[in-house]
Amino acid sequence: MAAVGGTLAQEHCGGFSFENCKRNAILEKMGAKLPTARKTGTTICGVVFKDGVILGADTRATEDTIVADKNCSKIHYIAPNIYCCGAGTAADTEYVTQLISSNIGLHSLSTGRQARIVTALRMLKQLLFRYQGYISAALVLGGVDLNGPTLHTVYPHGSTDKLPYVTMGSGSLAAMSLEEAKKLVRDAIAAGIFNDLGSGSNIDLCVITKEGTEYLRPYDVANEKGVRRGRYSYKRGTTG
Amino acid sequence: MADLQTFPGKVAPAVEISSSLGHYGVRDHMRTGFANVKSELISTHPLEASEKNFLPNQEKLEFKMLRNTQGLQAPLKLQMERAMASKIQRLPCLPSSMIALDTLMGTDECIGFEDFLNVAGDSEVTCDPHLTMEYKLGLH
Repeated sequence: MAAVGGTLAQEHCGGFSFENCKRNAILEKMGAKLPTARKTGTTICGVVFKDGVILGADTRATEDTIVADKNCSKIHYIAPNIYCCGAGTAADTEYVTQLISSNIGLHSLSTGRQARIVTALRMLKQLLFRYQGYISAALVLGGVDLNGPTLHTVYPHGSTDKLPYVTMGSGSLAAMSLEEAKKLVRDAIAAGIFNDLGSGSNIDLCVITKEGTEYLRPYDVANEKGVRRGRYSYKRGTTG
Repeated sequence: MADLQTFPGKVAPAVEISSSLGHYGVRDHMRTGFANVKSELISTHPLEASEKNFLPNQEKLEFKMLRNTQGLQAPLKLQMERAMASKIQRLPCLPSSMIALDTLMGTDECIGFEDFLNVAGDSEVTCDPHLTMEYKLGLH
């Protein structure tokens, strides 16, 4: 490591700091066990229907074999007409979406127009490509703008897909009604919740249409907690 | 067009000690600490090199394209403007906002990780104004 005078005399540069990487590599070589990355799990999906988009997500945050949060929110706000589901490292998805949300806010203030989904998409992919997949955020970006309802997926390395109609097969979705679409997204997330240990708890939905956004949290409580039959505490005065 | 890429593919391993020579052609150990080949050979984070070169590479790419389309005057003029704007600074021990440079480069309407992570204003240590000024003016 550089001497104190050296680091201070140089210009300070913000952003990510790599100053401990070399030290950690040396420590590892000396036999220290560094903590490994924890396994994550999530179910997110989105569907385009007649005049809008529905995004769906489960609400379980896992930390390897531990459920860290039973009711976390995985549908993130980007703009009033754009939302984004995040899978991967919770902190990464949270901060990436917050960053893009701020940038989109500034962009639509300076242009004086409603933000487009492709703008958010381009910002996301350029940011994620710059960090070469070390920011592990896999996203489903959806919204309604002047081009109509659109749905995109963004991979952690910065590649994107445009999914013109669905994530879940089936043909005549252009004629699907709102309730049917909600039900479909709910069933898709529920399948993840019941069959994948990394996903669980409740189902959140976010319905985005031209008229506005409806954030249903929770839309469905998939795992209803049972009611206690008896009282297990002693009556007052039992021991007295 | 091969040199127009934003990303360095692989980072070349260090083969010699990076030399920051001070006056009299001698390494400045008081400021930069001791150096050896071994410490340079240990791999750091793969992103470190590409992050360090990201903005200069971006700028180089931009200027190269400008030169190809508009001729040499365009990058020269931009470079002159940026050089002037980057001279407007506080004393080197204080964080400068660089608002003029930001406006020129269009980064005043963007928020990135460098704007809220590890910001100069949040630094826990302050440096000696005399030392940094001497260093900047080359008086040491």
